[in-house]
Amino acid sequence: MPRTRPLLVGTATAVALVLTLSSCSEEDDGPSITVYNAQHEELLTEIAPGFTEETGIDVELRHGDDFELANQLVQEGPDSPADVFLTENSPAMSLVDSEGLFAPLDGQTLRQVPDQYAPDNGHWMGFAARSTVLVYNTDLVSDAELPESILELAEPQWRDRIAFSPTGADFQAIVSAVLELEGERVTEQWLEGLAANGTVYDGNDVVMESVNSGEVDAGVIYHYYWYRDQQEAGDNSSNSQLHFFDDRDPGAFVSVSGAGVLESSDTPDDAEQFVAYLASEAGQQDIADSYALEYPLNPAVQLDDSVKPFEELEPPRVDLAALNGPQVIDLMQNAGFL
Amino acid sequence: MGAGVAALALLPLGFIAVYTVTVGPDEARELLLRPRVGELLVNTVRLVVAGIALSVMLGLGCAWLVERTRVPFGRVWHLLLVAPLAVPAFVNSYGWVSLTPRVEGFAGAVLIVTLSYFPLVYLPVSASLRGLDPALEEASYSLDHSRWWTFCRVVLPQLRPALLGGSLLVGLHLLAEFGALQMLRFPTFTTAIYDQYRSSFNGPAATMLASVLVACCVLLLYAELRLRGRRRYARVGAGVPRSVPRHELGRLNLLAVPALAGLVALALGVPLSSLARWLVVGSSTAFPMDELTAAASTSLTLGGAAAALTVLLALPVAWLAVRQRDLVSTVIERSTYVASSLPGIVVALALVTVSINVAQPIYQTFVLLLLAYAIMFLPRAVVIVRAGLEQAPPMLEDVSHSLGVGPLATARRVTLPLLLPSMGAGAALVFLAVTTELTATLLLAPIETTTLATRFWSHSSAASYGAAAPYALLMILISLPATYLLSRRPTEPVAS
Repeated sequence: MPRTRPLLVGTATAVALVLTLSSCSEEDDGPSITVYNAQHEELLTEIAPGFTEETGIDVELRHGDDFELANQLVQEGPDSPADVFLTENSPAMSLVDSEGLFAPLDGQTLRQVPDQYAPDNGHWMGFAARSTVLVYNTDLVSDAELPESILELAEPQWRDRIAFSPTGADFQAIVSAVLELEGERVTEQWLEGLAANGTVYDGNDVVMESVNSGEVDAGVIYHYYWYRDQQEAGDNSSNSQLHFFDDRDPGAFVSVSGAGVLESSDTPDDAEQFVAYLASEAGQQDIADSYALEYPLNPAVQLDDSVKPFEELEPPRVDLAALNGPQVIDLMQNAGFL
Repeated sequence: MGAGVAALALLPLGFIAVYTVTVGPDEARELLLRPRVGELLVNTVRLVVAGIALSVMLGLGCAWLVERTRVPFGRVWHLLLVAPLAVPAFVNSYGWVSLTPRVEGFAGAVLIVTLSYFPLVYLPVSASLRGLDPALEEASYSLDHSRWWTFCRVVLPQLRPALLGGSLLVGLHLLAEFGALQMLRFPTFTTAIYDQYRSSFNGPAATMLASVLVACCVLLLYAELRLRGRRRYARVGAGVPRSVPRHELGRLNLLAVPALAGLVALALGVPLSSLARWLVVGSSTAFPMDELTAAASTSLTLGGAAAALTVLLALPVAWLAVRQRDLVSTVIERSTYVASSLPGIVVALALVTVSINVAQPIYQTFVLLLLAYAIMFLPRAVVIVRAGLEQAPPMLEDVSHSLGVGPLATARRVTLPLLLPSMGAGAALVFLAVTTELTATLLLAPIETTTLATRFWSHSSAASYGAAAPYALLMILISLPATYLLSRRPTEPVAS
C-alpha cells in the first residue's frame, strides 16, 4: 500500500528525532545543579557561565513564571529534581517555604546582603530588588500634582486617572506593604478608593503603555519596566516619567527576587555555592551589568547611573515572610480585584 | 484501546476532582459564590457564544464564496483563509494591541479570537461543501424551490457535522484561551484561574475553579451531540459525484473581493505588519542563527512527533464514535475533549503530580511532554478524523469482508487509504497547536529544552520585543507547510 508509506516514514523519522534529542541532553558527567528559574532568562544566562567557570559546576536552567514553578515544586514535593529555586518576587519563595521545601542557607551566604532582604528563618535570601514607582504622563500630570504618598491615589482628585495591575504578584506585594505599615482599616479604604478611581490592567508593561499613550494619566509599576523600555525603542515610555515615593511610604516598597536551596537537593553544597555566588560581588556585578536594570543587593555593587541609585531610595521595612498572606488576598477579593 | 485513550485524556479531570474534594464544600462555596465569579462566568459565556457565532458566519460565508461561486482567485483565497491558523492567537492579539488599545474589552476580544479561530470552522465546512453531491440540490431546484430555500433546507443540514465540529473546536479553544485574552484585558474563567495561582499561591483553590470550566465544556459537548443527531452522512452511489456548478457572482464580485481582502488584512496583515515593525525598530532585534535553528528544529520535531502520536490515539476513538454508535463509544469520544477546555497550567500540574508519583522515570522527558501534547490537542485530531470516517461508507468495508479480506487487512487496504487525507489534516492541526504551546512545555520538557514558543515568551516577558520577533516569525514560517497541507483539496473539482 504505497499511500500509507509517507505517514509511516513520517512517524518513524519523528520518533528517531526525538530519541536523538533525548540522547543529546545527556552529556558529560561533571557536577551539575538544576535551577528552577523564574527570574528573567537572559539574566541567568549571563550569570551562570561565570559560576561554572569559577566552580566547575554546570548549571541547568528550567524557566517559568513565579507561580508556575512554585506550584510545580509544591506538586513535586520531596521528589523534585530541582536544587535551587529563583524567583522574581518573594511571595513565591514564601509559598515554597510554607511547604517546608527549603533547606536553611549558610550564615556566610546570608551575610552578603542586608538582613532585611532575607526572612528571619534564613531559608532563602533576596539577590536583586525592584522599587515601586508611579509612572505618569508628562502632558497630563503636572509636577505639583504628584502625590507624596501612594495612599493619595485613592483620593477623589485621581478619579479615572490611575491604572494598576492587581492580578500579578507585584501589586499584591505593594498591598501587603500597605497592610503591614498602615493596618487593615486604612488598607481596606485605600483599596476601595483605588477601585473607584482606577483602571485595572493585566501586567506592568500594559500599565506603562497606557500611561504613555495618554489613555490614563498615571500608573503604579516597578522601576525597571520604564528604564528598560527607554533602552529598547522608548516606544512605550517617551511621554512619561517616573515618580519615586520616599520617606518610608508604602509606595516606596522594594520587592526582592529570592534564591533558595531545596531540601530535596542531592547536591546541597553545590546548590548553596550557587546561591552564595549570586549574592557575591562577582554575581551581583553580572546583575548590575545586565540589561535587567534591577538593583543588586550586595552593598559592594552599584547599578549604572542612568537609574536612580539604590541608596537614595527610602523603602519601608516590611517582613518579607508576611507578604501576600491570606489577609491580603481577602482584602483584594473584597475590593473586587481578584 | 479507545478506553485507554479516554483514561489518559481524563487524567487532568481526576486531578481537579481530587483538589475539589481537598478544598472542601465551605471554602469551595466561598470561592465560587462571589460577584467576581459571576462576572467571569458571564464574560466566558458571552465570549464563547459570540466567538462561535461569528466564526460560523465568517467560516460559512467564506467557504461558500470560495467553493460555490466563481469569485476570482478562489485558490489563493482558500490558502489565505487557512493561513491565520499559522499565526498564534497571542501573536495576533499582540499585533492588534500595539496597533490600537481600542481592541481591549469584549468587542475586541471577540474580534481577535474570531480572526484567529474562524479557520477551524472554515476548513471543515469548505471540505464538506466540496464533497456534497449536487444531485440533491438539483432535485430541490427541480421541485421549484428557490436557491435560498435549497441552501437552508438541503445544503445546510448536510454541513451540520462540519459546522458543529468546527464550532466545538472554537468553543473549547475559547474556554482555555489565556495569552490572547490576557493581552486584551478581557478576564474570563481561565484568566481568573491563572490569577488565583499567581495571587494567593493557593493551588488547590485555583485547581478547584477549573471544575467550572469542566462544567462549561460538558455543556458544549452535550449541545453539540444533541444538535448533531444520529444521521449518517456517507454517500454511496454509482460513480463519483459530479462537481457542483458554481454561481456567477457578476457585479457582486465588487462586494465579495473587498470583503475577503478585508478579512485577510485583519487576520494576517495586522499581526504580520506589527512583527515586521518590531524587527525594524526594536533595539534588541538580533538574529542569533544557532539559537534560532536549534529552537526551530526542536519545535519542528516535537510538533511532528506529537502530531503523529495524537492522530494514532485519535484513530480508535473516532472509529468507535462513528462505527459503533452506542453510549460507551460516545462517552469515550466525549471524554477526550475535556482536557482541551482547561488552562495549560492545570493540565501541566496534573501531569507533574501523576508522573512524579507513579511514573517517575518519564518525568520531564520527551515521552511525558508528547503525552501532554496529545492529551491537550486530541480533539483537533478526533474531530477531523471522525469527519473523515463519517464520509467513508461502511459498505466498502463490508464488501471487503465479503471478499474474504480479514479485519486488519481491510483496515489497511480500505479504511486507512480513505482516511489518510483527514489524518494528514488532523496531524497538521495538532502540529500548529504544539508549535505555539507554552505552559506544558515549560514545566514538562527535559531541562534546557528551548522551543520557538519558549524563546518568544522569555524575550517578550522581558519586554525585548525586537528580540522576540524573529521567534514569532519562525513560528509562523514552520507552520506554513502544515497550513498548506490543511488547505490541499483532495478532490479538486474539474472546471466545468
